[in-house]
Amino acid sequence: MTTETPIAADSDLPRHEDLVEERLVLWYFVAALTFMFVAMLAGILMGLQLLRHNPLPTIELFSPGRWRMVHTNAIAYGFIANAFLGLMHWIVPRLTLRPVLSRSLSYFIFCAWQFVVLSTAVGLLMGEAQGLEWGETPVWIDPLAQAGLLLVAINFGTPIIQVKGPLYVTLWYYLAGLVWTFLTYAMGNFVPEYFVCGSSAGAVGGLFIHDLVGLFVTPLGWGMMYYFVPILLKRPMWSHGLSLVGFWGLAFFYPLQGIHHFLYTPIPMFLQYGAVLSTIALEMVVVTVIINFVGTLWGTGGAVLRNLPLRYFYTGIAFYFLTCLQCALQTTLTFQALIHFTDWVVGHAHMVMFGVFSMWQLGAMTYLIPRILKTDWYRPDWCEVHYWASAGGLMVMAGDLILGGLFQGWSWAALQPWESSVNVSIPFWSVRIVAGLVMFFAQVLFMVNFYMTWRKSRTLAVAAA
Amino acid sequence: MFEKKSGILLIAGVGFFAFAFLSNAVIPILMYRHLPEKTVLEVVNGNVRYQFEDLAQRYPDSFTAAYGEPPSDPEQAAEWYNAKCAEALELGRKVYIGEGCWHCHSQFVRPVSNEDRRWGPVSKSWEYQNRLQRPVMFGTRRVGPDLSREGGRRSNDWHAVHFYQPDMLSPKSPMPKYPWLFDGAPDKPNARGLALMTYVQWLGSWLESYPYYEDFQPTPIKTIAATEE
Repeated sequence: MTTETPIAADSDLPRHEDLVEERLVLWYFVAALTFMFVAMLAGILMGLQLLRHNPLPTIELFSPGRWRMVHTNAIAYGFIANAFLGLMHWIVPRLTLRPVLSRSLSYFIFCAWQFVVLSTAVGLLMGEAQGLEWGETPVWIDPLAQAGLLLVAINFGTPIIQVKGPLYVTLWYYLAGLVWTFLTYAMGNFVPEYFVCGSSAGAVGGLFIHDLVGLFVTPLGWGMMYYFVPILLKRPMWSHGLSLVGFWGLAFFYPLQGIHHFLYTPIPMFLQYGAVLSTIALEMVVVTVIINFVGTLWGTGGAVLRNLPLRYFYTGIAFYFLTCLQCALQTTLTFQALIHFTDWVVGHAHMVMFGVFSMWQLGAMTYLIPRILKTDWYRPDWCEVHYWASAGGLMVMAGDLILGGLFQGWSWAALQPWESSVNVSIPFWSVRIVAGLVMFFAQVLFMVNFYMTWRKSRTLAVAAA
Repeated sequence: MFEKKSGILLIAGVGFFAFAFLSNAVIPILMYRHLPEKTVLEVVNGNVRYQFEDLAQRYPDSFTAAYGEPPSDPEQAAEWYNAKCAEALELGRKVYIGEGCWHCHSQFVRPVSNEDRRWGPVSKSWEYQNRLQRPVMFGTRRVGPDLSREGGRRSNDWHAVHFYQPDMLSPKSPMPKYPWLFDGAPDKPNARGLALMTYVQWLGSWLESYPYYEDFQPTPIKTIAATEE
């Protein structure tokens, strides 16, 4: 495999330093990991509450219900969004060969976004939540976040739009993802809050829950996969045709499924059937994407085992296949009757948000941080521990909650007293907290490793000077 | 078209999103256009008024501190109670959302899994066409039971103690304590505590089968509600 296929003479290409604001990428990673830390602490608090071992039971600011919302919001807007923004500051300029619209705007967005996430957390802890799942951001922050998303779309959209000729796959996902994120946020945070109530609000709320994962996190996630995987494997994607099928299939079928989050509600039944059918249709599309990525990997002689970032990426892809297969099954009305409202759904959500997207982002951080700091990881073996504890912990947590959900569902359907569904959950909740602590430990180790690597890079820089 | 900026931006980005919004959101909105959204005052009914006045009798000091004294004229007092009850429902809903109650309690009864036998009538669309269901409080997880038919099933005293310290009444309950809804003791609910109790007692109060017990019998409270109208 040759690495030197000159597309243009080196002198024609802009220098990396002029394209990528590396410091900002690093800042986004620091912010992302900080919010990951907060989110995991919040998860642990709620997990302990369920086991009736809440260490801070009577303090209003530590109300577990409020921290549960901090948990999900800090992951979605604090960790995942920050990590994506950091990665896009690396990927977009390098793919388009143009810097983002404005460096100072980039720094402004960075500060504004941290302000949005922090004030969301403060608002939630003050009891000011908005009654919309994954959109609990207090209503008075929503317009600010909306404006921030517009600036993000302009800042990254400008270099993408300036590209001449057909775009590379990553940029399809990014371009569409920037538009979708803006539209999704607007729809979810304003329509059911100010314009419609009841079942219609439920339909929009379901669409929001779904699109937030499907039209914000998923396209930005697959965008980075189509960028990093070919680079790490030093070979193109297996099939461009399948890339097309994957993108357009997702674009069409994903937004049609919102109502599958509220099956058996008073939302009209024919709409529920439609959501179920398009969920199953999307599973077919997902299979083509998985085939494409496995095809790309095929014949690389175990590169995925030796190369840690690549292993992160393909672990995420494997989890993605599992979650989507699970989606296609659990969205059927037969499954829903049993597993809706149970921890099955919680397990599924953790597999998507951590098993897939966080794993991809952590893998990309593992890959980029030494490149930006221009030194090896302080302890490469800690990176290995980070991988195994994250992947292993998540596997145990998701499997445990999915299984526990079945027992809860059966307990309810059997009309046993409510307490028995709680009692039957205790072993599963106990395993979950252990798995969660393992995942927490892994992230803390990663953060320490990051910090020590940074210190190492500083001493190297001083020594060189 | 498939790899061009215009195709991705306009067809995938805007077009497909708009198509999904039309088919998944605009259709139900149009279907329910004949069920106008009720205001909070309009959803105050005899059943929840009964519970609200019961709060005034059980916790007179807390109640007066939160809402003041009712006018002495009975007709004005009735209007006053309605207005204050609406106020309490609105604040109660805010507490319900702010404390994340809706992340462990759902508000809809499904036609499957024996839910109508456990909780009562399967949920209908008209029940949700009001200001207090904007955004709708369907919920997606049940650590605790569904609450959409909770109103009237338990007394205000029960709820006060339960919010103060859940495992006093439901042993081994994983529900958190909410002592900040009280001034130091379960018989001293503050404004937020009174409001949350009113809100919970409101849930399902609009139904024939209020309050819903597993062996449902028509309630005497219904007659009070009927005489008031």
